[in-house]
Amino acid sequence: MTLGYLFTVLTTILINVIAVLGLNIILGYAGQISLGHAAFMGIGAYASAILSTKVGLPFWIAFPLAILISGFIGFLLGMPSLRVKDDFLAITTIGINFIVQAIFLYVPFFGGALGIGGIPKPKIGDFTFRGGYYLVIVSAIFILGLIFSIKFHRSWAGLASESIREDELAANVVGVNPTRFKLMSFVLGSAYAGAAGSLYAHFMGFISSDDFGFPLSVTFLSMLVFGGVGTVRGSVLGAFILGVLPELLRPLAQYRLLFYGVLLLLMLRFCPGGIASLIRIRR
Amino acid sequence: MLWQQIVNGISIGSIYALISMGLAMVYGIMRILHVAHAGIYTIGAYLGLYFFRLTGDLFLSTLLSMFICALIGVIVQRFVYYPLLRFPPFVPLIAGIAMFLSIGELCRLIAGPYPLSFPARVPLPSFNLAGVSISPVQGMIFLSTGVILLLQWFITSKTSFGLMMKASSQDMEMAESSGINLKMVVAMTFALGSAFAAIAGILVGINYNQVYPTMGDMPAYKSLALIVVGGLSSVSGAVVASLLLGIAETLLIGYAKIPLPRDALAFIAMIAVLLLRPQGIFGRRR
Repeated sequence: MTLGYLFTVLTTILINVIAVLGLNIILGYAGQISLGHAAFMGIGAYASAILSTKVGLPFWIAFPLAILISGFIGFLLGMPSLRVKDDFLAITTIGINFIVQAIFLYVPFFGGALGIGGIPKPKIGDFTFRGGYYLVIVSAIFILGLIFSIKFHRSWAGLASESIREDELAANVVGVNPTRFKLMSFVLGSAYAGAAGSLYAHFMGFISSDDFGFPLSVTFLSMLVFGGVGTVRGSVLGAFILGVLPELLRPLAQYRLLFYGVLLLLMLRFCPGGIASLIRIRR
Repeated sequence: MLWQQIVNGISIGSIYALISMGLAMVYGIMRILHVAHAGIYTIGAYLGLYFFRLTGDLFLSTLLSMFICALIGVIVQRFVYYPLLRFPPFVPLIAGIAMFLSIGELCRLIAGPYPLSFPARVPLPSFNLAGVSISPVQGMIFLSTGVILLLQWFITSKTSFGLMMKASSQDMEMAESSGINLKMVVAMTFALGSAFAAIAGILVGINYNQVYPTMGDMPAYKSLALIVVGGLSSVSGAVVASLLLGIAETLLIGYAKIPLPRDALAFIAMIAVLLLRPQGIFGRRR
């Protein structure tokens, strides 16, 4: 196992962890299901790619802009979608995923079927962040995201979101505006996905609409459910374990997806609280 | 030309209808989105092909495939969905997606990743009515959809089982306390829906002359959108929405030059319906 391979695997896993942390804010804290999380990752990735290749902005400006753009589109799409609940919201977000992917594929501005290539790595002067150095950037952003997620959970807004998850009517009666806090969690979660997308784009150097399809949304949701919905450690554990497993199971590549599906099914059936519910941490 | 397109559209729509009917029935009674339904449709196509190769009799192999799929549907509901009903709705939904993935993978591992041809000859003549031709396969699609719609209508409105189904879908606990064997009703609903899905799978297999592991992908999510448009638990709404979508998709390819794939159309329609008329085109407000 070479060092380069390790860096690649770790970078990919951490990017997924960032996206799953975002999904945890939407589903875990606010209780709103999203099956279109990959679409927002795609929006972040395309925003970052276009800003750095067509506009010529450096990573350091394109990255925060990509987060803002995906958060803003999360706001625009969340406003109508969050009017519906549970099953309806699940199907609506599946729809959003298919439509966003179709736009990337069919609108020439987004590169069509060819995607966008030549996305540069971050640079300072003559120094290019690649391999292990890129991993440092991703890790730093992961830690920031982790801290923000924990802080948000303990803040007043985080509590308000949780009260909506537990009982929307009761929350409304005590003066928590459900629409506002649902939308807030949705925007934050989309921004996380956008950050993950931007990091992915600059890591791969090439993106196409296939990278952000519905299966990826399912993968994110599986990671979160496997780890434990509603907990930060669950999101991190789930994304890590389901990210490492395919690497370990490489000799059994034929059976990988089947294993993945069956594992998720057994997990939901016998332990719906996820891995995190098995580990008790003393407080 | 226009009429020909519409006939083609109705034949595609009929297949959508066969799939989404089962989904609407299941939603009506259990309030879950049964994504694995499209997995059962894939299994139905493979089983139909397997028995067809074994016996050479299309009718017999369709019946066998329907029977086995009905059994699978009952098993899925008994051992996966039923115990998950007490959790938030996303838990059975994700379980359904996981099951759907696993079924597709199983089919791929057993039958191989390549499309298999379904060389069945349909014992029907081809029609030609005023320039509109109906191929034997299309004839069979119309015939079987018609028979199943009639059967479904008969069961729900003329039998005591249909009454039990209606009662259970309105209030499960009340139905159970007034002496309805709820487990039996739910199992039968799954069995019926799954058998319809098996027919849809076989018809698609013959129509395009191929059966492959990922054939359920698009129907899986499109049928979800369709039952939303039809009003979720309304079977007739799902059927009408399916037929309209089939026609709209065919006309879109034939005439309009909109740079959007036809597969996104179902979701655009769905989002429009959710925003303007959340109870579905035929649904009544509760």
